[in-house]
Amino acid sequence: MGITIGIVYDQIRWEEKAIIETAKARGIKVNLINAKQSFFNITHRDKDDLENLGDVLLQRCVSYFRNLHLTAILENKGYYVVNPYKVSSICGNKLLTSITLSRAGIPTPETYVAFTPEGALSAFKKLNRPAILKPIVGSWGRLIVPLKDEETALAVFEEREYMFPLYQIYYIQDMVKRPPRDIRTFVIGDEVVAGIYRYSFTDVKTNIARGGKAEYCQITDELRELSLKAAEVVGGGILGVDMMETENGFVVHEINHTVEFKATVETTGVNIPKYIVGYLIRKAKK
Amino acid sequence: MKVSCPECGAEFESPQDVVIGEILTCPECGLELEVTSIGEGSVEVKPSQVSGEDWGE
Repeated sequence: MGITIGIVYDQIRWEEKAIIETAKARGIKVNLINAKQSFFNITHRDKDDLENLGDVLLQRCVSYFRNLHLTAILENKGYYVVNPYKVSSICGNKLLTSITLSRAGIPTPETYVAFTPEGALSAFKKLNRPAILKPIVGSWGRLIVPLKDEETALAVFEEREYMFPLYQIYYIQDMVKRPPRDIRTFVIGDEVVAGIYRYSFTDVKTNIARGGKAEYCQITDELRELSLKAAEVVGGGILGVDMMETENGFVVHEINHTVEFKATVETTGVNIPKYIVGYLIRKAKK
Repeated sequence: MKVSCPECGAEFESPQDVVIGEILTCPECGLELEVTSIGEGSVEVKPSQVSGEDWGE
């Protein structure tokens, strides 16, 4: 019996297509599971109510809450999902990521959290440096605001009072002095397979989805060691580790659990889909 | 397989291995279209959601 990889998705982007094609070229059966057309009995733990979805499942939903909750359901039904729920729950939440990284002794930007505009203003004063306000759950740079003075900071905090409660958890991070770029490394299992610089000269946000430009980044021993350690403390899997270069060395500020890699493949020539499929095959055989 | 753009009416061919959920770009107007169903020789699409509040990596 050959291996079947199940890919859970809500959109087929370049990345998903590349993974599907790579798996098929290796003679692996691919089962596409469209999250938008699926439903599950969550009070029934057996797999019996489902056709066999695969020997291993790759979670690729672009919607974070759909991604996370669907993974919880599938794990409860006995599937091994990449990345696991525990990993996605930490990586999808900046507060949990900061706690996890700092507890493990991994350098990460100094961060305060408060729960009211008044508390947030006190935290900003205590930090006493330019900072960045980030939603604890969010992507592609949405609602990330540089805070430079108290007056505008308070105005931004107060505005958040009219938003969904998740945005009223004020995550205030030191705006570290860095070149106009950050570093994204790709960790797949126990390997660091590629790295890129993400440049933005006009914006604090370097996200490729926001127009950041990718450039090849050599994986030095220091980068490799830090990337693997950061990936390990959040539980490991297929991860994108985001780092910044500071005067005192690298700091890890984010770890991505449903990573996009089109720009990285184009920039570095590394066949990331091949590494992903290889990793899934190893997990399926376990 | 044939695709008809719901925005500008252009007709174009999808890739042979098209799957539901795939994003196609209309060659005429540039609109991104999400494949909703695949029939005999034709593909149904709708304008794709640009970005949800919890989307992204």
